[in-house]
Amino acid sequence: MRDTLLYVVLPYVCLTVFLVGHVWRYRTDQLGWTTRTSQVFERRWLAWGSPLFHVGALLVVLGHAAGLLVPQSWTRAVGISDHAYHVVAVAGGAVAGTVLCAGLAILLLRRFVFSHRVRLVTTRMDRVLYALLTAEVVIGMWQTVGVNVLGAGYEYRGTIAVWFRGLFVLQPDAALMASAPAVYQWHAVLACLLLAVWPFTRLVHVWSVPIGYLRRPFVVYRRRPARSGVA
Amino acid sequence: MRVMAQVAMVMNLDKCLGCHTCSVTCKQTWTNRDGVEYAWFNNVETRPGLGYPRGHEDQERWRGGWELDGRGRLRLRSGGRLRRLAHLFANPDLPTLDDYYEPATYDFDTLVTAPADESRIPVARPRSALTGEPMAVTAGPNWDDDLAGSPVHAAADPVLAAMTEQVRLSFEDTFMFHLPRICEHCLNPACVSACPSSAMYKRVEDGIVLVDQDACRGWRMCVSACPYKKVYLNHRTGKAEKCTFCFPRIEAGLPTVCAETCVGRLRYLGLLLYDADRVAEAAAVPAPADLLDAQRSLLLDPSDPEVVAAARRSGIAEDWIDAARRSPVWDLIARYQVALPLHPEYRTLPMVWYVPPLSPVLDATGARGGDDADADDVFHTITGLRIPMEYLAGLFTAGDTDRVAGVLLRLAAMRAHMRRRSVDGSADPALLERVGMSAEDVEAMYRLLAVAKAADRHVVPAAHTERAAELASWASGCSLDGPGGPGMSPTASRGGVVPLTLRRRRPR
Repeated sequence: MRDTLLYVVLPYVCLTVFLVGHVWRYRTDQLGWTTRTSQVFERRWLAWGSPLFHVGALLVVLGHAAGLLVPQSWTRAVGISDHAYHVVAVAGGAVAGTVLCAGLAILLLRRFVFSHRVRLVTTRMDRVLYALLTAEVVIGMWQTVGVNVLGAGYEYRGTIAVWFRGLFVLQPDAALMASAPAVYQWHAVLACLLLAVWPFTRLVHVWSVPIGYLRRPFVVYRRRPARSGVA
Repeated sequence: MRVMAQVAMVMNLDKCLGCHTCSVTCKQTWTNRDGVEYAWFNNVETRPGLGYPRGHEDQERWRGGWELDGRGRLRLRSGGRLRRLAHLFANPDLPTLDDYYEPATYDFDTLVTAPADESRIPVARPRSALTGEPMAVTAGPNWDDDLAGSPVHAAADPVLAAMTEQVRLSFEDTFMFHLPRICEHCLNPACVSACPSSAMYKRVEDGIVLVDQDACRGWRMCVSACPYKKVYLNHRTGKAEKCTFCFPRIEAGLPTVCAETCVGRLRYLGLLLYDADRVAEAAAVPAPADLLDAQRSLLLDPSDPEVVAAARRSGIAEDWIDAARRSPVWDLIARYQVALPLHPEYRTLPMVWYVPPLSPVLDATGARGGDDADADDVFHTITGLRIPMEYLAGLFTAGDTDRVAGVLLRLAAMRAHMRRRSVDGSADPALLERVGMSAEDVEAMYRLLAVAKAADRHVVPAAHTERAAELASWASGCSLDGPGGPGMSPTASRGGVVPLTLRRRRPR
């Protein structure tokens, strides 16, 4: 019962909130859809923390995609042994995680300890987001370093990855998650919660990555709309 | 030829007394909100001086505006598109709040709530408007107003720093003037070009540069790309804001707030027609000193039949073409050629122009024992004086002192000519010949610069948006004043002059 709630119901509820929330926010709150940059208040810490955090986060997301979406049978089929895969994945994950952790630590210190100004422009949703993100990253690092580097290791590709892919074909097997170590369970639950708050936080700026800028003419001209606002 | 219209401004710096009325009315209209306490869409700087934000003209540091790459092509000074996207996470060129100033408020409450106690006088201490903490006020948007503290601060003036040692050491004895600044609404705007999310745009109809508040994602590249630092980040909303050229007023045919409230009546507003096809070419002229001419050559003569025909083809309405013909801005820039753009070397083709101040030269003439109304004395001073000519050239002509001298000579000749005319009604053809202007032109220029009424200084045609005209009429009148309405007064229905003062009664 508990397993079904945590690993079947919760993910679907969170994914629904994630999708519907984004549609709702996009349609009703264009004015609030921003990075909420605080660089005008503080630039020295940000110059290190922000690039480290963002690059680390990108690498971590790519690593998760590779680990969760690519079935074990595929990597075996192209001749990659499980051991080789594991070594590469753990090494890459450790590096990416360290970069992410360093960036997050700098940003947290900057926001909550060193810059009073930045702390003042921190919203309640920012605090929720930072708390969830920090917990998730710490647990993720524990898995990588504590379980896989220092510990005996855990082959999540046979259980968690299968459960994860099952979510998208509407056949999630809660028993697979229930058999995983506790840190992996927490990590999955926190990830669901993170997805659920995503549309209501500044994380929405992720979807506004300005790729179109590369192909656009420099100067943008616009015609005044027919019904122009006169104050 | 693709004709586009641009609402442009000229400021006559000789008349600016540095009263900051424009700044205050602008602030009350646009930036008296949380998040933009520190932002002044219009500010007035004392030059030589730091400027606002401090040292904003130092493009070695801020990397605003454009430059030419090795092959002579235009490139944003802060780097190409890929480099910009690579710096999305942290913009290395962004000024912080301390480069502007920390806005302060005062503990006025203590004045009211302090206990009655003669030994201790309550004091309203400054507190940060951001954090509420007690602070020492050590900076402001006009920190070196009227050269206050300039022995300490003025050395940080980037324009001055580029000049020779001799100029730098003696400037303080010599000159000072005020420089009001708003967004330049450039023809080749660096901010628009740097905006990753395409939220900034230049309006086709009137050239006003705006930020789409819904589309802005807070990548803050516009703030650093603008060499004039006239785009600001609202730290509450996380979005960019800038001078709007008071577009709701312009659309209704009204002057901007800064122009309307200018005590010195030094701001001129009008239309310019320009060739949009040649903008990139003009901005990429190799020698910075040629940029002024390139920029002027973009402007099209509104009385040229070919231009008018092309303007009609581009869909510019007849009353707008007519307004362009009557534009005081066109006259000052192209006909009399006394207005110069601010920092043409940034290659953004700015559309707020300045008539350089003659007054420091006249002061210098007097200081040398000359007569500041005698054209020869003034000419002599202008040509012999390296200060402030070099300084003005650093601001307005990318360092070309001859161009600044030419403008100042015209202004000096105008004064001399008008003096002779009013003293004994004579004219000196040699004087007019020296500056290459006819007596009619000089007198028309005098009228425009000295005695022009509001209707001659601000020629702003209303926008062609039927809705705008309708709304504007509501805004300026009372809806009850319609024919037969309850608020209908004789003056409202008849038109005519509304008395502004009470009629004075004769004493009995």
